[in-house]
Amino acid sequence: MMLAKDSIKVVVPTVIFALMLHMWPLPEWMAYGRPEFVTLVVMYWTLAMPERVGVTIAWCVGLLLDVTQGAILGQHALGLVIVTFIVQLEYQRIRVFSLVQQALVVFVLLLIKQVLVLWVYGLVGHAPDLSLYFLPSLIGAIIWPWVFLLLRNLRRKFSVSRGF
Amino acid sequence: MQSLFLQGPSVTLRTILLVVASIVVMVADHRWQHLETVRGNIETYIIYPLRYTINLPSEFIGWTDESLTSRQDLLDEKHKLEEQQLRAQVSLQKLSVLEKENARLRKMLSAQTKIGELVLVAEILSIDLDPYKQQVLLNKGRKHEVYIGQSIIDARGVMGQVIHLGEYSSTVLLVSDPSHAIPVQVNRSGLRSTAFGTGNSQQLELRYIPHNADLEVGDEIYSSGLGGRFPPNYPVGRIVSIDRPTGEAFATVLAEPVAHLDRSREVLLVWHNPPVKDVLISEQPQLSDEDFE
Repeated sequence: MMLAKDSIKVVVPTVIFALMLHMWPLPEWMAYGRPEFVTLVVMYWTLAMPERVGVTIAWCVGLLLDVTQGAILGQHALGLVIVTFIVQLEYQRIRVFSLVQQALVVFVLLLIKQVLVLWVYGLVGHAPDLSLYFLPSLIGAIIWPWVFLLLRNLRRKFSVSRGF
Repeated sequence: MQSLFLQGPSVTLRTILLVVASIVVMVADHRWQHLETVRGNIETYIIYPLRYTINLPSEFIGWTDESLTSRQDLLDEKHKLEEQQLRAQVSLQKLSVLEKENARLRKMLSAQTKIGELVLVAEILSIDLDPYKQQVLLNKGRKHEVYIGQSIIDARGVMGQVIHLGEYSSTVLLVSDPSHAIPVQVNRSGLRSTAFGTGNSQQLELRYIPHNADLEVGDEIYSSGLGGRFPPNYPVGRIVSIDRPTGEAFATVLAEPVAHLDRSREVLLVWHNPPVKDVLISEQPQLSDEDFE
């Protein structure tokens, strides 16, 4: 599954931008609620063009995310692969949902990813405090409609793919 | 031509392969640290440019702040620093006498003298890492002869150690991370222990201390140098609470790190003579004198 030339110019910059948002310095109280921009962006591109952006790309992006977070290599990659796989199975159904319904699906998917990451934390013996742990999923689901519209506009502007 | 359906088995197969690959990579990374070079390369060639870009605004703010400082402010600061320098000089005079005396006494006991350490100033980059881990990112890396396992101190005490290395940056695990432990010694009584991180940057925990151990609130703990990872005799923390619950085998001892883990901006990388050879990437660093401050 290779990215075609015309999609490189949109997909790669958006993923890089999302990675930068992940590292952007925030005050400590906000850092706990930082949504997973990278996961949202990968989800959108899988939804928009599942024939081009799929599990392989999600895995590579996941490894980059692991390095930026100082996590164990493969921790976020595993979560991203599973979430992307679910989107690939269900993309036709998710596409026809309204934005609010999509946000609900996104919430569940983000939760799955966070649980997988948490599971690895637990396996290596240092489970974090859970009181705010799932807040990023909630915020990620709330901002999904805006992420979706923004990326769709970008995609249409650069006319990357037909349909949807 | 765009097909209406994705080829089912191929996606499933690929996912299974990637899940297996993730697990293999995680085990290799966590258990054997085999992938440090891979991580270092990703860090250097892909992530570091992004980090650099993100750090630019705060660098720019710092620069404008410096450039726009008034002459009076600079003079005030100069006077303050001169005074500090004078005080430091005075205590150093005493220290050098003490050091000589110490060396003489040690010689009389035919014990080995301590060898001075090399230090290099590094700056913490304003980049956010995982909020659930106590880590910071430094602007010095392999190019500056930093090695994995190297100790980091600030003006007050031990901060942590280098765990990941890029060409121009390195990730430091702070002493307060739950996966971190540092061998320590109580200054007053000489009691040895290990200080574990708790995930809270204001708290360390000394475990496996018996109820009758000679320990008091306010005692200072220093790195003992046992294990060879940290240089000995750097301040680590101060005991803030001792709880001796009846029925438990060990006392609950909490300490507060003396280093400003969440406030320092400038830190020092320390080179000392580590007995553990395998943590060294290169032999004793060959750095010119102006690299050190």
